[in-house]
Amino acid sequence: MSNVAPTEAKPAAPATPPPIEKIKVKVDGREIEVPKTMPDPMTGKQVATTMIQATNLAKVDVPHYCYHPKLPVAGNCRMCLVEFGTPAMGPDRKPVMNPDGTPKIAKSPRPAIACATPISPGMEIYTTTPGVKQMREGVLESLLINHPLDCPICDQAGECKLQEYSVEYGQAQSRFVEAKVHKPKTVDLGPRIVLDAERCILCTRCIRFTKDVAGDDALGIVNRGSYNTIATFPGTPFANNYTLNTVDICPVGALTSKDFRFRMRVWFLKETKSVCTSCGTGCSITVGSREEKIYRYEPRENDAVNSSWMCDSGRLNYKWIGREDRLKDVLVRGQKTTWSNALGEISEKLRKAAPGSVAIVASARQTNEELFLLKKIATKLKAVTDSVPRNGEGDKLLVNADKNPNTNGAVFTGIVDCHAEMGRNLGKIADGIKSGAIKTLIVFGEDVTKHGISAELLGKLETLVVSDILPNKTTAAAHYLLPGCAHAEKRGSFTNVKGRVQRFMKAVEPKGDARAEWEFLHEIVYNVTGQNGFVNIEGLFNQMAAEVPAFNGVTWASLGDTGVTVQI
Amino acid sequence: MIVKREKLTFWERLYLPALLGGFKITASHLVDTLFRGNNVAKQVSKGYYPEIPWTVGQNYRGAPYLVRDQEGHTKCVSCQLCEFVCPPKAIKITPPGPDGQTADRANAEKMPLEFEINMLRCIFCGFCQEVCPEEAIFLQKDYSLTGLSRKEMIYNKEKLLTLGGTHAGVQKWKHKLEEAKEQESFPVKV
Repeated sequence: MSNVAPTEAKPAAPATPPPIEKIKVKVDGREIEVPKTMPDPMTGKQVATTMIQATNLAKVDVPHYCYHPKLPVAGNCRMCLVEFGTPAMGPDRKPVMNPDGTPKIAKSPRPAIACATPISPGMEIYTTTPGVKQMREGVLESLLINHPLDCPICDQAGECKLQEYSVEYGQAQSRFVEAKVHKPKTVDLGPRIVLDAERCILCTRCIRFTKDVAGDDALGIVNRGSYNTIATFPGTPFANNYTLNTVDICPVGALTSKDFRFRMRVWFLKETKSVCTSCGTGCSITVGSREEKIYRYEPRENDAVNSSWMCDSGRLNYKWIGREDRLKDVLVRGQKTTWSNALGEISEKLRKAAPGSVAIVASARQTNEELFLLKKIATKLKAVTDSVPRNGEGDKLLVNADKNPNTNGAVFTGIVDCHAEMGRNLGKIADGIKSGAIKTLIVFGEDVTKHGISAELLGKLETLVVSDILPNKTTAAAHYLLPGCAHAEKRGSFTNVKGRVQRFMKAVEPKGDARAEWEFLHEIVYNVTGQNGFVNIEGLFNQMAAEVPAFNGVTWASLGDTGVTVQI
Repeated sequence: MIVKREKLTFWERLYLPALLGGFKITASHLVDTLFRGNNVAKQVSKGYYPEIPWTVGQNYRGAPYLVRDQEGHTKCVSCQLCEFVCPPKAIKITPPGPDGQTADRANAEKMPLEFEINMLRCIFCGFCQEVCPEEAIFLQKDYSLTGLSRKEMIYNKEKLLTLGGTHAGVQKWKHKLEEAKEQESFPVKV
């Protein structure tokens, strides 16, 4: 994971490394300049650029199975074979020139695998010649010899490289008349992974991932020849916290996720760019949803955060969004009402509240924008604010010990002073309620009864405004209950532990009457402070970026798909 | 394209020839009915449509139903291609999920938990039959689909399978299983 480094924040590089030499190569007749060396995905050391990296830079697609830009090169599938030529050298070790003055190219008599062959100056790579096409057809035919072709029951169908290249380079009829080798199907590799050995094309991506990236040398190939099979050590399940990434990188349907197995065909899934909320890392993800139901999370490439990976625990932490007991109604003292009624009453109470008699418990699971709006209310009412810290165990790869996705957002917007201070004011708020100094409490997304403000204390409050997603003891005590949205149901941005601000998009509609928090907070802010803000997330973010020093200069548009790193 | 109209001749503009031609047809019907016995009463002497079903043509595309194979197994493996291709979105399949019921045939691995066709939406285009990789759905000869409610017109898996009957096919899953079993005695065991 050494390649996971912020791409933009390089202010304090001690000594800038010397610029990397560029060399010129031709890809399909088009000359491009590529760096002579590129960082190795594992060690980060500069190693010679390969032909496939050059073709990628030239935006020419070379089919491949075993090559993965974030894994060590194996070079075993042979799908990326290309033809190439290098400038011819005369006996005097000088390039031979054509009559028109261009260097004469000596075409290599045999092809080379693009993934493992370094480029050299003046090299010409040919990816569209009839020979290359024939080689691809040959490799594909060989890979399909023992493939069961059970696409109708295969979860990978629709995102399968074998299917895709079969369309381009396959044959309608198989010439293989012998019986196919049958290997074990539905093999239980671990708690989250099922292996279908027949479908496997032995590219070893999964083996390399788990050994070199996840650091758990759990998989290997057993048996010989056409009986080659991916397997774990006997009695050792494939159970590390990153196993499901092997499902993503498996180019065929050999490794499938038990969680997603037979749930939905992938071509139905709407893909929404989002951010994982399970810890402070904030991996970039793609949410796969269909008809307002979320089916899966998949990591999205973001070299500043998560490379191409995500942990299993974060990936499987989506089911709560579709839970039946989600809060769906706006309740005023237990009675169902409309948003305009509830917001009107809350605004009225807050306007009349004496300065200092209000406390706000926000959540570091809320977005930057929501915390910014809450802080506006707090400033106006001179309210005590705090948030709940959530610490757990981290690991060396992606999982962070801070289980809140937006701790830095809470710090930047001023809800808490710093990460270490988070939760310090909760006791103060409890004391304030006990003494009667605090009469109004606003709680967002947290069950304060678990954090020192007991249900009895909540009973002493004159007004308790609660917004949450799932019911708990605090929502049960609420005078005003405002149903909120999961991150997949709204837009917004989070700031991760390293200061990466990332935005996420809306994948599904909110349940029932639930509304995005920033929408109704904007209304309350307007009613209470009289300051009008923006009614769309783009404007709101840009307003926040102008007012909060940490976000200065960032705009919603500049966040792009992978975000922007701000100084923490 | 603009079609050029021929100018009517004087004879055509007279209008009488067309009138006479019409009378000629009417007269032939009169002769048919009165003297040749070729009349409507004879044509429907056995009864009208509901009692006497209409014989549909060989290539008629009626309602799509699910079929079973010759051993009575559900052929559908819930690949959802028909649901995808269906132009009016009449088909709705609920896949079995990881813990769902396993398929009738052991190595087919899955079959739909529920398979619904909304016959009010179906346009009998036959795309589902064409796209099916398992030969599990066929447009059959039923053309008169009636029901007392909209709900009744949504045919579920059970109903579709009952109406669909049996379609003998190549039984590829069975053959795959047999092939795999034959190899079990092969020296290399995994």
